[in-house]
Amino acid sequence: MYEVIWHGRGGQGVVVAAQILAEAAYLEGYKGVTSAPTFGPERRGAPLTASTKISREPIRTFAQIETADTAVVLDASILKVVDVFSSLKSGGFIILNTPLSAEDLAVPGCFNIAVVNASAIALSRHLIKEDAPIVNTPLLGAFARATALVSLESIETIFKKKLPAGVVTGNILTLRDAFEKTSVKAAV
Amino acid sequence: MTDIQIVTGNQAAAIGAMLCQVQVVSAYPITPQTSLTETLSRFIEQGQLKAEYVRVESEHSALSVCIAASSVGARAFTSTSSHGLLYMHEQLHWAAGSRLPIVLCCVNRGVGAPWSIFNDQQDAIAQRDTGWIQIYCRNNQEIIDTLIQAYRIAEAVYVPVMVCYDGFVLSHTMMPIEVPEAEAVKDFLPPYKPHTILSPDEPRNINPVTFPWRRYDDRGVLCDGYMELRYKLQTALENSAASIIAANDFFADAFGRNHGGMLWSYRMEDAEVALTSMGSMATEATTAADILRDKGIKAGVVGIRVFRPFPKEAVRIALNKAKAILVFEKDISYGYEGALCTDLKAALYSTDIRVPVHNYIAGLGGRDVKPRELVEASEDSLKIIASGIREPKTTWINCFTG
Amino acid sequence: MTKKDDNISAMCRPAIGEAGKTGDWRDKRPTIDHNKCIPFIKKKPACFLCWLYCPDGVITATIPISIDLDYCKGCGICAEECPAKAIAMINEEGKDD
Repeated sequence: MYEVIWHGRGGQGVVVAAQILAEAAYLEGYKGVTSAPTFGPERRGAPLTASTKISREPIRTFAQIETADTAVVLDASILKVVDVFSSLKSGGFIILNTPLSAEDLAVPGCFNIAVVNASAIALSRHLIKEDAPIVNTPLLGAFARATALVSLESIETIFKKKLPAGVVTGNILTLRDAFEKTSVKAAV
Repeated sequence: MTDIQIVTGNQAAAIGAMLCQVQVVSAYPITPQTSLTETLSRFIEQGQLKAEYVRVESEHSALSVCIAASSVGARAFTSTSSHGLLYMHEQLHWAAGSRLPIVLCCVNRGVGAPWSIFNDQQDAIAQRDTGWIQIYCRNNQEIIDTLIQAYRIAEAVYVPVMVCYDGFVLSHTMMPIEVPEAEAVKDFLPPYKPHTILSPDEPRNINPVTFPWRRYDDRGVLCDGYMELRYKLQTALENSAASIIAANDFFADAFGRNHGGMLWSYRMEDAEVALTSMGSMATEATTAADILRDKGIKAGVVGIRVFRPFPKEAVRIALNKAKAILVFEKDISYGYEGALCTDLKAALYSTDIRVPVHNYIAGLGGRDVKPRELVEASEDSLKIIASGIREPKTTWINCFTG
Repeated sequence: MTKKDDNISAMCRPAIGEAGKTGDWRDKRPTIDHNKCIPFIKKKPACFLCWLYCPDGVITATIPISIDLDYCKGCGICAEECPAKAIAMINEEGKDD
């Protein structure tokens, strides 16, 4: 089973990203997918997580993820307040929204790193909601690039199914843009 | 074409209620049930479901509305959690005593004090003796399928059914479900025929004061007293097992999914250690059983699906070869032990099954339950049994006990 | 042979005298002076507040009204409500104040 934890702040689309990944993975033929928010009250701006589990067989555990294969961080400021690495497997992937390059990032341990300037890409495509860039879409692109677990096509299919018709194209272009601009550095 | 949707437990329940073409919905929002009733109200608002959504000021009124609606022949639905269910308590008795086939989704949540919005099954277990059939679901597929079966059962035996599923763990977790076809559900569910038609042409007073004795009515019929009516309700619950199994089997034929009827077994054929539980924790137990088997311990799972009527006969058959029975549950009957454990042991009392039964309390107030923890508990139990102790104290998993 | 009660929940039909003749529970009986009664004087179906308020449904909305003393329990609500003071409550024979 492949486990993903999404880190972000309330309002950034963490839960939706976790759902879209689950649905895209199902399209890829994974019979077992689940996605769940942090159980409990939802508070805008507060750090929160959501999870996606992906498996070839139907999933028979709903327990919270202890150590994930991949951590996706929608908001780099989270790293200062949440120990993202403590819930990440050694050798796992951290995918970050940051203007920094993977080389410039110091990570405490043996992790693969993928970086994308999701905020800038979203802004350049005018993907803005309530004055803030929509960062979950570019990070889905980065996830596809970094892990190769799901294809862009599958994610785009889910966009077409779930999003209002008027915003589908913008999201698809952002997704593809982020996929191209994601840089990956393998664990040492 | 198969319609697979990736949905939360609450969405699954809302789609299920829509497929059952419920005619009256009355509910009051409470975490973690809220998104179920929100989704249903949207279906009604958008015209996907032709039903009356009656807004009320409390759960007590929500169930009262369903009682009234069901009395005049409408298929009625409500849902709640925790304190909402407790607030319905009186009306739960009224619904069952009036023999109304209402279906209620209980999205299981712990009960205060202190406040908790998180999952355990204390709310539903506390309503055990209200005369409702109680069915616990292990995943979102079972939620939608059980809801559809629930109306068929309820309307066959005139007993209300509580469909219970774990708050957040299932209610807010998305997973793929197969959504049954609307036409097929219509065929599966014949229209509801109320046992009493209230009509101005033949006026009646329902639920008048009954006396400790039986009495003749104006037509010379010797009418039941309170105790006869209680006996009829008890008999209906006992006999409902047949309808529950029939609904399960008929559903399996029609839709290709068999949820086991009263209970289900996982890898029990040669199992020496039987893990038993209800709801989502029974699903965790199947993963735990796999891990135990990898370690060379022959483990299996008996998932109790129906808690009332208690599956006495089915439990005896399912556990007949086990050498140790471990009961994991998310409730506690204060001053004794978990409610499931007590009932399970009672079911085995007059049989030759004389194996140790160990009780584990887990996951109260939303504390996460991991398969690994069920594995560790099972290994502990085996060590305790090997050391010659038959009945250790009830163990609280992953709880600081000083 | 006694007929079996087939109902699965408790119910009863409206019927006269299910609890026996309750008129003998009465301490005081209502007596009506028709010459004060509004529908009787006007020869029109009017008022009938006694009929409306009677908790036992033993008063008829007819001209003149009539009171079924087999079941009237003597509560006096009709006398209290009558705007024309046409109904008086008088002691039953053999029952003291």
